[in-house]
Amino acid sequence: MTSRQSLGAVRSSFAPWADPTATPLVRFEAVTKRFGAETAVKSVSLDIYEREFFALLGPSGCGKTTLMRMLAGFETPDEGRVTLEGQDLAGLPPHQRPLHMMFQSYALFPHLSVERNIAFGLQRQGLAKAEISDRVAEMLALVRLEGLARRKPDQLSGGQRQRVALARALAPRPKVLLLDEPLGALDRKLREETQFELMALQQRLGMTFLVVTHDQEEAMVMADRIAVMRAGEIVQTGPPPEVYEAPNCRYVADFIGEVNLFEGQVETADGRLVRLSSPVCPQGLEAAEDDPLPKSAAAWFAVRPEKMVLHPTPPPPGPNLMQGKVADIGYLGDWTTYVVEVAGGQTVRAARANAARVVENPVDWGDTVWLTFARDAAVVLSR
Amino acid sequence: MKRRSLAAIAPYLWLLAFFLFPFLLVAKLSLSDQALAMPPYAPRLDLAAGVAGIASFLKALDLETYLRLASDRLYLVSYLSSLKFAAVGTVILLLIGYPMAYGMSRFPPAGRQALLMAVILPFWTSFLIRIYAWVAILKPQGLLNAALQGLGLPALSILNTETAVYLGLVYAYLPFMVLPLYAVLERQDPSLMEAAADLGASPLQAFWRVTFPISMPGVAAGALLCFIPMVGEFVIPDLLGGPGTLTLGRTLWTEFFANRDWPAASAVAIVMLVTLVAPLVFLQRRASTLAAAS
Amino acid sequence: MRPGPSLFNRIAVGLGLLFLYAPIVLLVVYSFNASKLVTVWGGFSTRWYQALLHDDQMLAAAWTTLRVGLASATVATVLGTLAAFALVRHPRFAGRTLFTGMIYAPLVLPEVILGLSLLLLFVSLGLPRGLWTVTIGHATLTLCYAAVVIQARLSSFDISLEEAAQDLGCTPTQAFLQVTLPNIAPAVAAAWMLAFTLSLDDLVVASFTSGPGATTLPMRIYSQVRLGVNPEINAVSTLLIGMVACGVIAAYVGQRRSTQRR
Repeated sequence: MTSRQSLGAVRSSFAPWADPTATPLVRFEAVTKRFGAETAVKSVSLDIYEREFFALLGPSGCGKTTLMRMLAGFETPDEGRVTLEGQDLAGLPPHQRPLHMMFQSYALFPHLSVERNIAFGLQRQGLAKAEISDRVAEMLALVRLEGLARRKPDQLSGGQRQRVALARALAPRPKVLLLDEPLGALDRKLREETQFELMALQQRLGMTFLVVTHDQEEAMVMADRIAVMRAGEIVQTGPPPEVYEAPNCRYVADFIGEVNLFEGQVETADGRLVRLSSPVCPQGLEAAEDDPLPKSAAAWFAVRPEKMVLHPTPPPPGPNLMQGKVADIGYLGDWTTYVVEVAGGQTVRAARANAARVVENPVDWGDTVWLTFARDAAVVLSR
Repeated sequence: MKRRSLAAIAPYLWLLAFFLFPFLLVAKLSLSDQALAMPPYAPRLDLAAGVAGIASFLKALDLETYLRLASDRLYLVSYLSSLKFAAVGTVILLLIGYPMAYGMSRFPPAGRQALLMAVILPFWTSFLIRIYAWVAILKPQGLLNAALQGLGLPALSILNTETAVYLGLVYAYLPFMVLPLYAVLERQDPSLMEAAADLGASPLQAFWRVTFPISMPGVAAGALLCFIPMVGEFVIPDLLGGPGTLTLGRTLWTEFFANRDWPAASAVAIVMLVTLVAPLVFLQRRASTLAAAS
Repeated sequence: MRPGPSLFNRIAVGLGLLFLYAPIVLLVVYSFNASKLVTVWGGFSTRWYQALLHDDQMLAAAWTTLRVGLASATVATVLGTLAAFALVRHPRFAGRTLFTGMIYAPLVLPEVILGLSLLLLFVSLGLPRGLWTVTIGHATLTLCYAAVVIQARLSSFDISLEEAAQDLGCTPTQAFLQVTLPNIAPAVAAAWMLAFTLSLDDLVVASFTSGPGATTLPMRIYSQVRLGVNPEINAVSTLLIGMVACGVIAAYVGQRRSTQRR
């Protein structure tokens, strides 16, 4: 890659994790948590920096919520330690930690009005009445709920409740805001809007957000960095473009977005180019890769559907070319996904943007088509 | 987190002291002999005498009371009739309670709430008074016979018969049967019946092959909830069954209050308890699965 | 859609309710009978209620019952709340199986067993029997009912509400008092009501555990009933039923109103 090039389509200058002199705000140091015989979190180490929007991403039961609850103080690590601004949090009960959490169920107190819900944490801090009402008004304005101060939670819509929960957790000005599946209960349209609202809010307040989610799209859109978790361990940590374009294993490649995995044996790997022999492609598969791989080891090429090129007529022969029959077509409006069955019975997905309204050579079910991908479109994975 | 378990301590100690420990006393007393004293039993544990006191206390315990129970036909008869009353009563309750609970679950939600309330309300009013109401209805010059006379029909003598006991049992325990049945029937997804009909089952078949099997936890819970206390029921056989009706509950009461034979009363209680342990454990399992399901 | 009730459903429910209510209605109606004979309607009268007012024994029994009910229901509700809390929030603690067994068993166990065993306890402790022993007996019996009622509410109570309170700066005790208790208050009130009425109603445990001078209303009624049907008993029964019905209906309406507001 040249300096003009970068992974993904985004350029960001905010990258404290790349700065060796920066000190993290939150540190998990080899933290392990067991529930009975089950290990929910296995020796996880993680740094989160000030003003960062950090996402813990993984399927349900992967330990991401347990990790967050250890930071909030609702679970105690069995091994390792959690620090905030360099201070060990061990032994500090939840109510003494300067972190606040937005619960998945929102956990709004049903017997209190919106404003008293928001004031709850401020009252516990022992602020003066006038200050509390100022802060509540400020928070209501921040989440645009000015008119609803006296409503009870059960008189609000799902989106409004979510904003009250947010305001309540923000009001006492936590050092880190923890969000447990913040958008999980919202419908699709509202979820998309709220994603951007949360990002804008985090930017405006200059706060550190830690969000737990199982929704990869949510994590991709909002987070500065994502930690992908699996069975209690962090598999990969990095900014969204890196996690998407340079996954470090098949699990991450498959979990985030859609991916075609081509398995093969390494024929040559000279530090610039990797060649695989694979049943799907008679001329072999080739990809650009800096790291050399041992000969005849098993390896996988991961290629995203949008990086597969679909040809209705045969292109000139060469590597990365496969022939197959269209097994399925999914028309999504903006995109069309073609599922193509290639040699060896593997199905390959290719996505094409519907850039034009009228298509010259439409592809039908059962048509013979050819697929190719560029050398730098594939990620070489060894695990 | 640990501090929460402190919440259990007070009720735990209370129940140990006033529920579990007294059972041990009952068991001990059932092994003692009757005596003409106050309290009317021997031996009494003399802790001041130390180990020798405990030893002589243990030596004096025997199974004599149980042998007495086994040899006297009165106890056997009351044991069997208690079981019969409870078993037959449970069957009758199921036959009446099921259609009622099923009917209630068919009503629209607002109506269901009101009906549920209507079934629970009698449970809140005094048990004794409700049984007393039946005495007034069933007695020879009671309201039932007055009504029959008015219609020119022959009078019935129901009070002080087994029929009256069954009537009382069914009357008093109906809410206990209807509520668990209603709970499972109300929760049942109506689309299950539609799916059964869609797959070709007649309404009756759909009921027998879908609704009824699914409601089995409710049937089991309701049956046990009624059977267990009915075995030891005292008030109903006493007020409605007349002097000829023998049950364990009455026998225990008579031994205790009339004959002042505390060891015998204790032995009857132990026999009752042993009989009920299996259904109790079973109910406990059911209760936890029912609670988990809801 | 759930199909509406069929004719058969309506008849089953109707007959069931008739069976449940007819005896109670007859009892209430005949409490206003001027005639001393139960079967003969001698016109409307309140003479049996007036007679009640002059029946000192009955009034004393009512007063005893009321005191026992208030005290035992309060003890039972406090202990029942704690027990429910332990049951719901503590999936594991030493002796939990025994604890749940002791909570559920008294609900179905024949009362004669409970009564007898408590009496033996009081005798062996040398405790004089009276008002307090009855109160202890009733508290033991009703604490289990209270625990079950509150447990049902607590288990549907979202634990993250309590965590949210702690997250916002409450100690666990503050979180319980400020968030949990206000939200389960209706169930706690219902549990108290249930405990109170059960205590008001109980004959068997009271007969075993009470002593001279602590005759409760059900004991008094029972001894009268054994002598035969008596219109005065109808009158006192009607009063009791009316009291309980009013309480229950008020609780029901209150609860409905609070749910409708949502």
